[in-house]
Order: sequence, then structure tokens, then C-alpha cells
Amino acid sequence: MSSMEKTKRDYSLVGESTRRAIETGLASAEWYHTDVPRKVMKDLMQRSDGPAIRDTILWFALLIGSAAGAIWFWGTWWCVPFFFVYGVIYGSSSDSRWHECGHGTAFRTRWMNDVIYQIASFMLMRNPVQWRWSHARHHTDTIIVGRDAEIAVMRPPDLLKAALMFTGLLDFRYSLPGLFRQAFRGLNAEEESYIPEMERHRAVVAARWHVAIYLATLAVALYSWSFLPLMLIGLPRLYGSWHMVLTGLLQHIGLADNVTDHRLNSRTVYMNPVSRWIYWNMNYHVEHHMFPMVPYHALPRLHELIKHDLPEPNPSMWHAYREAWPALLRQLKYEDYFLKRELPPTARPYRDEFHNLATPTAAE
Amino acid sequence: MADWIEACLVDDVDEEDVIRFDHEGRTFAIYRSPDGQFFATDGLCTHEKVHLADGLVMDDIIECPKHNGRFNYKTGAAKGAPVCVNLATYPVKVEAGTVFIGLD
Ligand code: FES
Repeated sequence: MSSMEKTKRDYSLVGESTRRAIETGLASAEWYHTDVPRKVMKDLMQRSDGPAIRDTILWFALLIGSAAGAIWFWGTWWCVPFFFVYGVIYGSSSDSRWHECGHGTAFRTRWMNDVIYQIASFMLMRNPVQWRWSHARHHTDTIIVGRDAEIAVMRPPDLLKAALMFTGLLDFRYSLPGLFRQAFRGLNAEEESYIPEMERHRAVVAARWHVAIYLATLAVALYSWSFLPLMLIGLPRLYGSWHMVLTGLLQHIGLADNVTDHRLNSRTVYMNPVSRWIYWNMNYHVEHHMFPMVPYHALPRLHELIKHDLPEPNPSMWHAYREAWPALLRQLKYEDYFLKRELPPTARPYRDEFHNLATPTAAE
Repeated sequence: MADWIEACLVDDVDEEDVIRFDHEGRTFAIYRSPDGQFFATDGLCTHEKVHLADGLVMDDIIECPKHNGRFNYKTGAAKGAPVCVNLATYPVKVEAGTVFIGLD
């Protein structure tokens, strides 16, 4: 463990860090869980269709309403607020829908999860097959270097890249060509490292469908000689993803990597109700990682139940960024540096012997 | 011919729930369906060896606690990614309030 932290991080999923993570037992390890009585957990895990149907009706209403307004006012400045709403619904809230439906926890009814998962994956330019597997890996090996395919900010952090994420440009640059590459040439070695063989063909077929829709949209735009079709399909991934990045970056930045306790590598942040609706309560991120079976609407209850065992949540996004920013700056010079979040006296302590938390680079 | 091994008492498992049963270095999951019938499968998920007894039973489905993979616990059938390999199932009988599973 300590030897991992002293060595340069290799974020490839088939490289040196991968080999070491497997060798040291960090890959597919046993993770810390707060004790919750089975009966209580069973109750928290219960699925229902009601909350997600209500939220999905509102989601579609906002999507269709804002699209209608944007089309109606197209060519005038009045279309801007409509595109603002449309962009956030299309480019940001789709991420939490993709996520929750991918876990199968949003709705009790399986096909409802699957339909919304497919729609949201398309909006995000994510291959629905590939990303299901990458997210499974993210849960098995959360922020384990060389194993986790979803580490947003690597060390040392590339702050320009992190800033550009808010524009959606970087994601767009990788996602769209990635779909084209998968559609025409197939999966690459990294993708094959976490997608089992029997699923690979499905991943390629999914990429072909996405590409076909984008090409059709482009054809309509060219035929009508208008940007409007692209503003409605595809480009919202650029101008509307800022909220997804604003909330999503806070999940893990500045915190520990290569540990097996989500209290050390994930962050719970209290957020305003609008952001929580867009984000479907993923601000309770430690709780989600510890118990991914608990649906988004039960996370506030879970939080109340186990907060005695978790670090104090950040009281706001602003507070969380203010906390993370100096840590990122320090990581520019000392990439082993991380924020060690303090536990309340009621919590079970971190397993120091395994996590090597005595490292002088950690901060309380 | 199966060996019938005493696994638990009927009352040890709530309806629509699952418990873990370990025997001679192997681990099993014992289910009680919503209509009160008992079933048994291997205890570990075929995706990443996580104990299914920590998961959620819904009708005839057991959902794995790690990545929400789903199996039909009556047949062992994997119901889609990330689980692709079926679960082994075992015969079960209930006698005088005790649940037995049949092992070869
Ligand atoms: S370990 Fe069971 S679904 Fe992954």
C-alpha cells in the first residue's frame, strides 16, 4: 500500500498500477461498511415506482417544454433561457438518471429503469453497455488507480482540464469520437479489460445506433440549413453539462486514493433542493458507495441513520470546493497529498494499518 | 442421492428475504419467497463473489448488494449485466419447522 503511494500513478487500466493493485489485494478488496441492522437496511433498500415516475414526468415535461420554447423563440434572444433549462436537463440531469437506472434502483419495475437508462445514455453520448461495466468497476475499485475507469481528476491534477470539463468540451471530444471508433472499429484494450467477451458485440451495436442518430440529426441540420437540430440533439452535451460537472467533481476530488473505506475517498455535501433534484441525491455520495442498493429517494434517510460513523458533510458546494481547491494545488507538487477527513468521536476509526494514514502528506 | 443438511429454522428467514448459511467451507443463501416457500442457491454472486444474503429479495429475484446484478433464485438464472453466469441452486425441504438443503 505504502509502496503504491510512493510510486508515480499510472491510470491506464492495463498498466503498472493495475498489476500492483491486483498484487497487493487492493483490487476487488473487502470494503468498510457501517453496521446497519438487516431489517433497517431491508426497509431502506425497498424499491417503489412512485418517486421516480413523479420525477420522470417532471423531467420529460421540462425537457419537452423547454425544447418547445427554444424552437418557438429560435432566432431571438428569448430562446436563451429555454436552452439554459433544456441544456441542464439534457446534459446534466441525464447523468443522475443514467446512474440510478443503471443501478436498477430508480424504479421497482425493471423495464422502466432500462428505458430511462437507454435514453439518458444517449443524451450523455455514453455507450450504454460499456458504461454499465465501467460503473460496476467504479464500485468494485472506487478510486483505485489502475482499476477504476471513472476517476475524474487524476494526480497530479490537470487543472486546465478540470476547468474545461465545465464546458463539456473534453467529454464531448472523447465521447463522440469514441462512439464512432466503437461503431466502426470496435472496442479498445482498456474497454475490453472490463467488458466481458459475451457483452462486447452488444456494445458495438449500441455505438452504431447512437452514431446513426447523430448522423441523421446532422443530415436534418444540413438539409434545413439550420443549427437548431444540433442544438436539440448532441450539442446540449456541451452547453448543458456544467451542472453535472459542478456536482460530480465533488464526489472524490482531493480525497484519498488506493484505500478501501469510502469515508476516505468519497464526499457527502449538503446541496440546495434544485441541485439535489437534478442530481438525484448523489450528494450523499459516501452513503451511495457504501450501500449502492439504497434508492436515491431513501438516501437522506440512510444519511441520518449512519452519519454518526461518517465524516462531517460539507455544508455547501462552495464549502466543498473551498476545501478541495488547496488540496488540488498541493497535489500539483506532491501528488501523494490528500485530505484526510476527520471522523466524529462516535465513528469507528479508519483502519490505519491498512490505509497508511500516518503519511506526513495527509492533512486533517 | 442428495445429503439433506439442516440449514435453519423456518422462522429464521422472513418472508421475501434471504439468510446466509455456511457449511463445510461452502456458503449458501436460503430464501423464503413472498408465498412462504423456501429455496437455496450458492451464497456468492457469480460476478464478484459477494454474499447474496446482504442483497434484496423482490418476488422471485435476488439482487446482489454490490452492483445490483439480479438472479432468479428459484432457477438460478442470471437476469442481465453485470451478472452473466447462472447461480447453482439446491433442492430444499421443510420438515417440522426446519429447513434442509440437499447437497451432493
Ligand atoms: S458482485 Fe454481484 S453483481 Fe457484481
